[in-house]
Amino acid sequence: MIRLENITKVFNQGTVNENTALRGISLRVKEGDFITIVGSNGAGKTTLFNTIAGSFQPTTGDIFFNEDNVTKMPEFRRAKYIGRIFQDPLLGTASNMSLEDNMMICYKKGFKGLKISLNSRMREKFRDELKILEMGLETRMEHNLQLFSGGQRQALTLLMTVLSHPDLILLDEHTAALDPKNAALILELTDRFILEKKLTAMMITHNMSHAIKYGNRILMMHKGEIILDISGEEKKNLTVEGLVKKFYDVKHEELTNDELLMSHE
Amino acid sequence: MIEGIFVEGLIYGIMVLGVFITFRILDFPDLTVDGSFPLGAAIMASMIIGGYNVFIALFAAFLGGVAAGVVTAVIHNRLKVPNLLAGILTMTMLWSVNIRIMGNRANLPLLKQHTILTDITSWTEGIIPSDYTILIFFFFVAMAIKFALDLFFRTDMGLTLGALGNNEQMVISQGVNINLMKAIGVGLSNGLVAVSGAFTAQYQGFADVGLGTGIVVMGLASVMIGEFIFTSNRIAVLTFRVIIGSIIYKGIMYLGRYYGYHIGLTPNDLKLVAGLLIIICLMIAQGKKRNLFKKVAA
Repeated sequence: MIRLENITKVFNQGTVNENTALRGISLRVKEGDFITIVGSNGAGKTTLFNTIAGSFQPTTGDIFFNEDNVTKMPEFRRAKYIGRIFQDPLLGTASNMSLEDNMMICYKKGFKGLKISLNSRMREKFRDELKILEMGLETRMEHNLQLFSGGQRQALTLLMTVLSHPDLILLDEHTAALDPKNAALILELTDRFILEKKLTAMMITHNMSHAIKYGNRILMMHKGEIILDISGEEKKNLTVEGLVKKFYDVKHEELTNDELLMSHE
Repeated sequence: MIEGIFVEGLIYGIMVLGVFITFRILDFPDLTVDGSFPLGAAIMASMIIGGYNVFIALFAAFLGGVAAGVVTAVIHNRLKVPNLLAGILTMTMLWSVNIRIMGNRANLPLLKQHTILTDITSWTEGIIPSDYTILIFFFFVAMAIKFALDLFFRTDMGLTLGALGNNEQMVISQGVNINLMKAIGVGLSNGLVAVSGAFTAQYQGFADVGLGTGIVVMGLASVMIGEFIFTSNRIAVLTFRVIIGSIIYKGIMYLGRYYGYHIGLTPNDLKLVAGLLIIICLMIAQGKKRNLFKKVAA
């Protein structure tokens, strides 16, 4: 469904600060895949997401959505196919607007016309949808979002993204900025939504055990390359120790990133 | 006198609504205003003298303002120029354009011409004094524009513009072309400013190329004064606040002119007063924030 072919991304090309973030990445994402991505800082995980979402164009290589080449398509056009959730819970919603206004903006993607769509029927619909979250948000429809917690806002972003039913959901460490309780809650919701609605998703995480627990496929990135791609039965039986060993077998160097190793429970 | 303050407050209130859209809703500090205000006046005056229907002239002034705003937005979007500089560029170019529109003159008097105001006062002549006719007329004009804007900001497009100033990434993620949205928002804003300029020309009886100097400061001061009155997240309250702010600003300026005479202030000092007013507003706003922090700490 989504295909990356030999994607390379070089920042500051031709200067002393030249930095190759992606080195010839080829990847095929199948419909219904829930891919987790791990890798140390600077491995190119977020750059990969930015390239898929269209925040910038790759230096070389092509991106295909359903066989259409979208390499040059601007980000806002690609957004019709992609739902993206960032680490910063503030990026998914507008603080200065009410909950119902935010839901209205996110209800339909693409150009917004001069129609007043937010009516009592819509409000009723939004209220029913908010009940899924079981956070009591349905009683606070007219409150501005700056009054909500990071966890609530991220849950809301997740809900609105899922309801727009994108072809692909990109989750960029979307629980990393939350406290452990909220992070666990959002992660459970994410897993539930993706399975229930049969969505295709890619999730970056710093937590190896999360990466192993969730999803049907795991990618490990290192210095701009995908060095491990494990799915199916092998993925189900994977342990953190097994993943560390596999890394060693491939790269013949110890996995020394403290953050990555410390974060498993 | 007192009705004069209200009339000017309402006329300038239309401009302040435009400034409010760019500065507060879009978070796009737009200085085109200093050029699009006299642009509206110039188009209106030269079309009245050219014998066009006054309402067609008013609409042309609106479109002229929209075009000026779109130019600023396109410069900003296409050339990746900071929005402040894009506005200054358009504003500077408009100086020459405005003089061209007025037929290579810097000033165009409207004496003994039919304007919207002379038409309206002639209809009510003998029933209501002309000063009050004008006041009632501008009250309805300002309210009509206010309600139209309230309605616009409740549409899907209006909501999206509201989100744009706060969170561009979110708007992009919803598959919206933010460059187009900025052009619409800044265009609409300058359209309103030009309409305000067109009414000013008719009210004062002339169009002048220098009419817009410092107008954006005046608009911003009015917006800030309004923000002290009450806080809300409802668009209808926000736009109402803007118009009240504009009237209060005109009141303060009137007092400055009236009593300032005694302490040696001249009309030339009013721009200094306007600037100081903004600085005072900012200082009060900052003081408020500091108090808030103290409360949280305690």
